[in-house]
Amino acid sequence: MGKTMSEKILANAAGLAETNAGDILWTNVDKAMMDDILGPRVQIAEKMEELKAKVWDVNKTVIISDHYTPPANIKQAEIVKFTRDWATKQNINNYYEFVGPCHQAMVENGFVLPGTIVLGTDSHTCMGGAMGAFASGVGSTEMLGILVTGKTWLRVPETIQVSWQGKLAAGVMAKDISLKIIGEIGHSGATYKAVEYVGETIKALDLDERLAITNMAVEMGAKVGLMEPDEKVFDYLKLRGVEGSYVAFCSDNDAVYSKVCNFDANDLVPQVACPHEVDNVCDVTSLPDTPIHQAYLGSCTGGRYNDLVMAAKILKGRKVCKGIRLLVSPASQEIWQRAEADGLLAILADAGAVIMAPTCGVCVGLHSGLLAEGEVCISSSNRNFIGRMGSAKSEIYLASPMTVAASAITGRITDPREFL
Amino acid sequence: MNKKIQGKVHKYQDNINTDIISPPQYMELSIEDSAQYAMSAIDPDFYKKVKKGDILVAGTNFGSGSSRETSPLVLKYLGVGAIVAKFFARIFYRNAINVGIPVIECEEVDKIATGDEISINLEDGCIHNLTKGESYPCSKIPPHIAELIHVGGMYEYLKQQSKA
Repeated sequence: MGKTMSEKILANAAGLAETNAGDILWTNVDKAMMDDILGPRVQIAEKMEELKAKVWDVNKTVIISDHYTPPANIKQAEIVKFTRDWATKQNINNYYEFVGPCHQAMVENGFVLPGTIVLGTDSHTCMGGAMGAFASGVGSTEMLGILVTGKTWLRVPETIQVSWQGKLAAGVMAKDISLKIIGEIGHSGATYKAVEYVGETIKALDLDERLAITNMAVEMGAKVGLMEPDEKVFDYLKLRGVEGSYVAFCSDNDAVYSKVCNFDANDLVPQVACPHEVDNVCDVTSLPDTPIHQAYLGSCTGGRYNDLVMAAKILKGRKVCKGIRLLVSPASQEIWQRAEADGLLAILADAGAVIMAPTCGVCVGLHSGLLAEGEVCISSSNRNFIGRMGSAKSEIYLASPMTVAASAITGRITDPREFL
Repeated sequence: MNKKIQGKVHKYQDNINTDIISPPQYMELSIEDSAQYAMSAIDPDFYKKVKKGDILVAGTNFGSGSSRETSPLVLKYLGVGAIVAKFFARIFYRNAINVGIPVIECEEVDKIATGDEISINLEDGCIHNLTKGESYPCSKIPPHIAELIHVGGMYEYLKQQSKA
């Protein structure tokens, strides 16, 4: 019987000949990632001190201060300082700060390799599945165990296969694919499971776009969101000096899936996730007139280079609606610099956008753009839970970077195809 | 460990996510200080109402969203003795066990209401609603997980194991 990617990767990591969905096994961890908000400060530093333990392998440990950067107040600054000092004390050289959301930094620095186990203290760690890695979020106490032993126990997940055929129309992006899937499967429809994204549409997507899909696998409750690594992944890693030190696992043709979902990309129109659940999804065309106050273009979901390119296409030569603020936070320092060099940031700024530091701050309502009572935001990020970006009486709509850009121009949620 | 957990119910709906349990705006505070904002988006008085040993009962997908362990930690700090739901989000489920909160799945939570006194038998997999005189089947907690919860979570368990 054929095997899924999850079954193959986990068998390899556990040193077993084979595994089946449902098996519980101990696996070695290839990369343990912590951020500032849920890293050393929550349980980990204190308990490691009590245990008089050291990090099992500093080269496999990565710490990225991203949520509280740049800090908005003294408490946040203290947390970043604590994280930085702890990394130094533990001799962890893979420490990064102020470079943007951890998941993008992990990919850019070559820490997320096909066939490896990547666990991080942030639920969107699953983004790494677009690289062919078994990447998943864990809590702080679990991270403590991993840091001490280099291992953890995992249940081999059943897999839902999500297949996309056809070609995306102009004005429709990978984010729309992501929202469409979540709307169909539901916000708990993949709980405990792996989701594999396959088909010609996925193959044709650039890595930037693929990452926007796997990033949101957890919004269906999934443990991992996987794509078969291909030349686009290998070339990306090669450019970053990573070659040959990994094994690319792909599912067998006769692998067993718990469910198969088929989608047609040709029919897809821009999607919007309405308050306050990520699976509350509709076509932008069926949304009633919805005025906004803030548009946010950024995050580990919707702030990559391609996202800025597509938003700039909409905004070039146009202006953000009076009374509306468009906040732009590129997903990494590297993307920021590239977008600056290519003139994208100038196009966005000319339209009236506020260009900000790469950060998690806006997406999760920590700093740099919180919402007041009664305010409505359209965002290219990944969650629209009640109160996430500020007041419990504010509202978040999730959409693609192009829909965010179009909505910033009109001041109401707008189909980006009107501006093509 | 105690095979039975008894307490007063606070009942909530489906999809109580981690942004509700542990609002991000207050995560920079200590667990003690941030606990007063737990559930505040839907129930600002939660921290005043909940008493030691009380039981949270909710619908489907409890704890969806973030990997933040601050969610079960604030509930534990406020005294929540157990959480009963139709099912839990994956990361929250593991985190709750790791910090020492029993998490129990029950299909019949719709029959339980705020203010009910319930008794959960972890070994038999049964919830007795003492207020309504009803019983509902629920998931059992395997003995080794029950022991882990009883000693206060994964860390305390590891410490005990290393001493033994």
